[in-house]
Order: sequence, then C-alpha cells, then structure tokens
Amino acid sequence: MTELVTGTGEPTAADPTAAKQGAEPSVARVSQWADIRHRFFANKLAVVGLAIIVLLILTAVFAPLLAPHDPLRQDLNATLQSPGSGHLLGTDALGRDQLSRLIYGSRIAVIVGLASIFVALSIGIVLGALAGYFGRWVDTVIMRTADIFFAFPLLIGAIVIILLMGRGVLPVVLSLGVFQWATFARLLRSQILSVREMDFVHAAQALGASRSRIIRKHILPNSLTSVLVYGTSNVGIAIVAEASLSYLGVGVDPEVAEWGNMISAGRGFMGAKDFMWTYPSIAIVITALGFVLLGNGLRDALDPKLR
Amino acid sequence: MSRPPLSKQDEGDGMTSLDLVPTNAGVDATAPLLEVRDLHVEFKVRDAVTKAVNGVNYSVNAGETLAVLGESGSGKSVTAQAIMGILDSPPGRIAKGEIFFQGQDILSLSEKERRKLRGSKMAMIFQDALSSLNPVLSVGFQLGEMFRSHLGMSRKDAKAKAIELMDRVKIPAAAARVNDYPHQFSGGMRQRIMIAMALALEPDLIIADEPTTALDVTVQAQVMDLLAELQREYNMGLILITHDLGVVADVADKIAVMYAGRIVEHAPVHELYKRPAHPYTRGLLDSIPRLDHKGHELYAIKGLPPNLQQIPPGCAFNPRCSRAQDICLTEVPALAPVTERDGTELVGRGSACHFWKETLHG
Amino acid sequence: MAELSKNDEPIDATPNVSLVEAVDTHSESEAVEVIEAPVERGEPILQVRNLVKHFPLTQGILFKRQIGAVKAVDGISFDLYQGETLGIVGESGCGKSTVAKLLMNLERATAGEIFYKGQDITRLSGRALKAVRRNIQMVFQDPYTSLNPRMTVGDIIGEPFDIHPEVAPKGDRRKRVQDLLDVVGLNPEYINRYPHQFSGGQRQRIGIARGLALNPEIIICDEPVSALDVSVQAQVINLMERLQDEFNLSYIFIAHDLSIVRHISDRVGVMYLGKMAEIGTDEQIYDHPTHPYTQALLSAVPVPDPEAREHRERIILTGDVPSPANPPSGCRFRTRCWKAQDKCAEEVPILAVPERFRSEDTPAAHESACHFAEEKDVVHAA
Repeated sequence: MTELVTGTGEPTAADPTAAKQGAEPSVARVSQWADIRHRFFANKLAVVGLAIIVLLILTAVFAPLLAPHDPLRQDLNATLQSPGSGHLLGTDALGRDQLSRLIYGSRIAVIVGLASIFVALSIGIVLGALAGYFGRWVDTVIMRTADIFFAFPLLIGAIVIILLMGRGVLPVVLSLGVFQWATFARLLRSQILSVREMDFVHAAQALGASRSRIIRKHILPNSLTSVLVYGTSNVGIAIVAEASLSYLGVGVDPEVAEWGNMISAGRGFMGAKDFMWTYPSIAIVITALGFVLLGNGLRDALDPKLR
Repeated sequence: MSRPPLSKQDEGDGMTSLDLVPTNAGVDATAPLLEVRDLHVEFKVRDAVTKAVNGVNYSVNAGETLAVLGESGSGKSVTAQAIMGILDSPPGRIAKGEIFFQGQDILSLSEKERRKLRGSKMAMIFQDALSSLNPVLSVGFQLGEMFRSHLGMSRKDAKAKAIELMDRVKIPAAAARVNDYPHQFSGGMRQRIMIAMALALEPDLIIADEPTTALDVTVQAQVMDLLAELQREYNMGLILITHDLGVVADVADKIAVMYAGRIVEHAPVHELYKRPAHPYTRGLLDSIPRLDHKGHELYAIKGLPPNLQQIPPGCAFNPRCSRAQDICLTEVPALAPVTERDGTELVGRGSACHFWKETLHG
Repeated sequence: MAELSKNDEPIDATPNVSLVEAVDTHSESEAVEVIEAPVERGEPILQVRNLVKHFPLTQGILFKRQIGAVKAVDGISFDLYQGETLGIVGESGCGKSTVAKLLMNLERATAGEIFYKGQDITRLSGRALKAVRRNIQMVFQDPYTSLNPRMTVGDIIGEPFDIHPEVAPKGDRRKRVQDLLDVVGLNPEYINRYPHQFSGGQRQRIGIARGLALNPEIIICDEPVSALDVSVQAQVINLMERLQDEFNLSYIFIAHDLSIVRHISDRVGVMYLGKMAEIGTDEQIYDHPTHPYTQALLSAVPVPDPEAREHRERIILTGDVPSPANPPSGCRFRTRCWKAQDKCAEEVPILAVPERFRSEDTPAAHESACHFAEEKDVVHAA
C-alpha cells in the first residue's frame, strides 16, 4: 500500500527537474497557487459550484437591472397568476411579480449567508486559536462554552435571539453567526493541536522564534485553510437556516423579497398554485449545493493529500 | 523474578537447508509455484500515466525464498499487489503480462475465484500490522474469521484454532490473550498475529511486504526467524519484499533487484553480494555502511530515483550510472543471462545492463 | 578522532566549571557573552548530567490528578566534545528522541543539567536561551513534516535570519540563502519553490541548510536519514560529514541503524529504557561491547553478507521492551537478560568502567552499566 502511494505520488515530489544532480534542464516550476488553481479547475463539480456562486452574486448585484418588475409593487388586478408571458414565474396573492422577488431574494441570501458565516468564523477562529494554542484552563473554558452552544439546535437558538432583538437582517445575521461559531472553533482547535506537534513548528522553536511568530507564520497558515473551506460549505447551510427563519415568521420582515417568505406565502396554495413555493425552494437548494460543491472543490485543491 | 531463557541460534541451524538450487523457470519439468511473465502495471491519475511495473519476470518454487529488492517507487510492492489481486483498480491496471500460480493463469480467473485463492493458497503480510488489523475486533475473532469463512467452522472450533495458531507463532499465553484487541499487543506481537493470519489456511505462497521494517532490530530478528522457520516447516514459497540488503542476506535464496518497474538483476543470494552484475546493485552494495568496521566515505549513487511518469529512454538507470555510454541512452537493455569469462553460464543469474561483463568481471 | 575519548574514568557528577555561578549572580548579557566564547577542539562543548524527563500520566477531565509518569529519560550523563560526532542508539521507546528535544530545549527537563560551555541551559529563557539556540540546531527525521508546506524554500532557510536579524543584514539574506542551498548541493535557483516540489532527500538537504544558517556549533540529528531510500541515505551522510569538516561542527547523531551510527560516529552511547547502558568509542562499542544489551543489539543487526549467516552468532532476545511507565527495578534490562541474577533486581548498575577492566589497558575498559560486564565480539564472524 505504501508503495502504491509513493509509486504514484512520488513523481510530483521527485520531480527530476528539481534535481541538481539529475542533469536535466531546470524548468521553472509553477507556483503553489497555480498548482492549486489547476487542481481546482480540473474538478468538474467544483467548477459547477463556482459557476453557481458567481451567477448568484451577479444576480444579487444586478438585481435592479435583471428584475422585470418592482418586487414590492402590488397589482391586485393580477393576483395568483400562473407563470406566463406577463409574469414569467407568475404572481403571488398580492400580485407581486414572482421572478422579481426571486431575483431580489438572492440579495438577502448572499448577504445573510456570507455575513453570518463571517461572524461565526471571526468568533470561532479567535476562540479556537486561543483554546488550541494556550490549552489548560483557557481551553477548558472555551471548549465547555462551545459545548453549550452546540447543545442548542441552530434554529431554536436563533429564534431566542431574534425574539430578544426583534426581526430584521442584522438580528438574523448575528443569531446565525453566534450559533455557528462553536463548530469552527472546534475544528480550528483540533487542527492547531495537530499542527503544533509537527516538526516544522519544533524547528521554528529551536531557532528561537517567538510565540506570536510561530502562531502567525507556522500554525495559522497550516490550520486555517480547512476552517475557511468548511466555512464556505457552511454558507449554504446558513442560507437554508435564514430562509427557514423567514418561513417560520421570525426572519426578515415578511414584506421583503426573500425566498423563505416566498415559500411561506405559497404555503396556503399548496396543490393549487405550486409554482409559488417550488421556484424559491429550487433556488435555495441550488444555492446551498453551490456552496457545498465550492467548499469541497477548495478542500481537494488546497490539500491533495486528503483525497 | 522470572527470567526468560535466551534462545541462541545454533550454528547453521536450518539456515543451510535453505540452500536450494535456484531454478530456471520453464526449463524444469515441474512448473514453478508462481511465475510472473512480462508483467506491466500502470496507474492513470488525471491525465498522467505512471508506469509502475514495466515487464517483470520472476518465479518462486515451493520452499524457496525470493527477495525482491528495491527502493520506493521501484514497483516491488505493486507487482506483489498484482499477484495477490489487490491492486487498487482504478487507477491501477495490469496493462500486459501473465501470472501463473500452480500452473494456472490466475489473471484469467474471476474475482470470486481469485478471492478463494487469497488466504487459502496465497497470503500476504504487510509492513504495518496495526493498520492491517481491525481495531474493534479481538485478534482471536480475526484469526478465527479465516476458518469460519473459508472452512465453515463453528465459532468455538475457530477460536480453538486461533489459539493454536497464536501458539504456533509463539505468542506467550495465547489462550489468555485470544480475546485481546490489536492495540493491546506490542508491534512485534502484532506482526506475529499477522503471520498467524497469513498461515492460517496453510497457503502455498506467502508474500511478505517489508514485514519487519517497522520493528526494532531485536524484535525484527525474532520475527524474521519465525517466518523463516514456519516457511521451512510448511514448505511454502516466500516472496520477501524489502529495501534492506541485510535482511535479504539473512534469509533469501535468490534475489531480484528492481529499478523503475523492471528487474535489473537476479541471482542466487551468495553470488549477488559477491559479484554483482549490474551497476545499480553494485552501487547499492557500496553505499551501505558496515557494522564490522568504520570504513571511509560512502559510495553514493548520484541523482534520484526516476519519475515514473517520465522514465528516461534507454536504460532507466542511465542518468545515475557511472558506466553509461551512448547505447544506454537509446536502447533498453534486456534481462539476459550472464556468463563467466570463459563462457560458462552462471545458473540462475541475469543482468539488464549493456555492460554487465565489465561490471561482473571488471 | 580517538584521542577525543576521555572516558577512561567515570564522568564527574558535576563538571568543573566556575561559570555556573555566573549565571545566577551576573546579568543575562554576561551569560550571552559566555556563549559566544570559542571552545577548543577536543574540549567538552556539551555536558549532560543526570538528565531526567518524566511525562506525567493524568486522569480526570476537569480536575486532573497524576497517576504516574512515563520515565522517558531517567538520569543520563554524557559529554559531547568539540568537533566530534556522538552517536546515540537504541530501540523505540528508549528515550533517545526525548534526549534530542531536551538538548534543544523543546522540552523542559524534569531534573538534571545540560551545560553548554559550562552554563546550564535547562533553566534559561528569553535572550539567553535565544543566544544558545543560535549555536545548537537540529535536523529532524521526517523530511515531510519538518518543512512548512506553505513557505518557499527561501523563506524556510531564511527564517533563521528573520529571527536573528543580527546574523545577516536584510539585503544580504537572499544571497546567504542561495549560498546555503549551494553548500547542501541544491540548485540556488530553487529558492522560490515549495517543499512539495522536492524529493525526500532534497527536503532533508533543505532542513540541513536551515540548521546551518546561523553557523551553529552543535547540530542534533534525530534519525536524519531513516526516512530516506538507501541510495539517497549515502548522499546525505556524505554531505553531513563534509559539512562537519567545513564548518567545524559537533554532532549528536541519534539513530536506530547501528551501521550508519558506526560509520559517522566517533563515540557511541547505547540507550535502553531511559538509561545509558554503555558508552565508548565506536571501536569499543562495536568491537568490544561489554553490556549484554549492546551485544544482543549488535548480534541482531542483519548484515549484508550472506556468508555471515551460517557462522554468525545470534543472540535472540525474548519478549518486548517493558513499559517506561513501569520499568523493572534494579537493572532495566534484567527482564530480557540471560545473565540476570538477584543482584540485578536489587541494585541499579551505575554507568562506569567495570572494575575488572579498570586496571587494564584494553578496549573493554569503557563505561558500561552492567553488574556482570564482560567482553564479547558479536559483530565479526568467527
């Protein structure tokens, strides 16, 4: 088995051009980033994921140009219209254009998804790094706190915070962030614990490197990537959670063009007007899938050993 | 205070009986136990093809030990995996060649027939016993599994057999330890359990892939001795895959030296060490330090083992060879018989070097 | 190099060094000056005295209590002379790698001292420790984990200069790194490449270049070639020998391969279960071993000579190495030793020249921690 690994893996390492003794011409090798890029784009699913995310972000940014109608404008003469020439995806009970609401909904998805993961990552990285590097009581306190946050189901925890803060984009972002940091803290901590025992960290210590230098130069760069990659995958989960909150009526204001709101609005017409909830549902699934594919692609590209 | 007795190996104990006459495949009336013919294995990863094995021929007889010597990436383990039928496929693929086991071309067998062969007729011992054993099952259960699945024995009988086997490989207090889990054994004991498992159904061929590399030197000696003893007793063919010239000298009857997926030299063990007929073999022998005297600067083979995606044209060893001439850059040397100066053939010897004469006699 | 061996008598409990006092009473900067002072060839540069490292075994999650200790290193003493290579051999779990970490101050000693040029470095910190680190460097076993995969070769070899900016002015560093690459036999143009683009042997050269960057006096090598292919091992060993001459280095070479240790070492220490069993010149240890463990170890080494297998005497030890958390009383080797008597269970044998050899001028007269030491050549076939 070991032979197989070296047999196929060694050629990259034992690049004959890297051998001074090897008398081969020294061809300038591609940089590490070019290598990563190559691996990423060689992975078809990763490219699909990236395409979905790029499309999503473009849609969010250019929503005013793309949307055929004002997503908030009610037209009580044209309510509950089936998809057709006037309204490509039909209208809702208040006569609002479904396609436009879908397009504008991507803005909330992108903002809440990215911002809540950003909040979760920020808290998780700081606390995880402290726990992993300092150990002892710091570790115990932080990790037991993380356990408490783990014990709360994401949605229940978020609802509690929103009830305290009131509805709106900011409370949703904060509540989803606060209830996801523990995962990242745990992951980073375990990464740090394993990287800390690697010989290159010992080598830096042996050179007399300061603590902060060892953390900055050696430990974080080698333990952060997996956390960031995991964060990417989790954006999709945050978007699903955000839509769920809105669906349950504790997310953003029900007026706002948002996918969870749209599904919620279609709830009363299930069976009769299924287009009302199917399109936003499809949008959510595709978006979540996009982030997961992108995350997996990044993971494989950044660390080929994992595969 | 308990004091285990010291077991010393008597002079020549058993070792001499290993001195079998090396066989010349195909010439003898009786077919060898295993014969590999012109085996090619490649791995396709993304768009690159790694040529791991490029035309290997070797044979083993019952009761004989063949050492396959090579460095990482030489193809020695991949060849073994192909024989066992445990090649990772994909990405691995047998591109060409035949493998005859007891006269039967086993590459033409179905997967089910191959599986039956494994364990009962041929078995393999790996370097890393800890990862080869299932951590959540007791060793007794894992040993018994062989008897239950291949012979349909009852649980109770299988367990009795497991204890017997553990005794056989000299695990102290076997009956008391049969329900222990792999992590409760030391490295040496785990490797004994692996050997016991391989021997369970008394196979005719054992392939041992670096069986003692992960062990300490005193334990290594115990395990190697055990393996050699059991092989003699059961009259099995043994393929010992290793990079250690010391281990080879201790137990092998004949050696095949591999480089870049090819056999570059094969010879009876005594002759290879005395008079190598390939510059790579010679370089290896010269580059290892001695235990019995200090010696001067080591001879170092220059350069690195080849990239298997871009094996140099001609002789794969040519960029590292001190003897390389123009012909070595263009023409792949065939593995040909070698002879004494007066033309008498050296039985069982072959070298894949254009300049074997100069290497052997010069 | 044989004249370096001054071990005809047991090592004193504490070396005769007045500077030990200086550390306590004088300022840190003076301690730094001591470290800058040169040591004559053949003088001791590193003196290890009764070094102990116990790793506590704890139980409990919130309230941890100690239930025992792994006695990884349990009182070892030796000297390293300037310009020599001291080999340390032993099987896994004998504590040799812990010794390396203790010498590098990567682990804090539980007890004992390490005198570097007469100054105990086990209790140093801050600037004084940093100054010591400039002079004692390390080469690691695993060429794959010892280089930061996210740094270029230039950054890896240049890091010592970032940490000790006084060694090389900023403008000079690139050139210094390229010189170092050249010294270890790598193409200086590879400065911008990443570790994964190199083979194991090449990575080990990079690790050696990093170790050399600060012009250290001592390099601790922990199994530096055991992860390499046979044909590459010789290259790296030759490189290390060349560098030793070129830069006047002292090596501590820790390995399990007895042939390689003999080749590179002037003196060799044999460790067993946290203790030094025997120490002497390469000739004394390999050709005239007096400790039964050394004899068993040497006899078990497979020799690349098929002729030897018929007439070589093999001492096959039974059983496994006991756990360092619960070592045997008295002599630690007694549970596997064929010579063991009651005395061995009661009395810990001290590492000293055995009495019976003391008056003789024989290679057997070297330090051996055995109550029943006797010479036995197991390496040379009869």
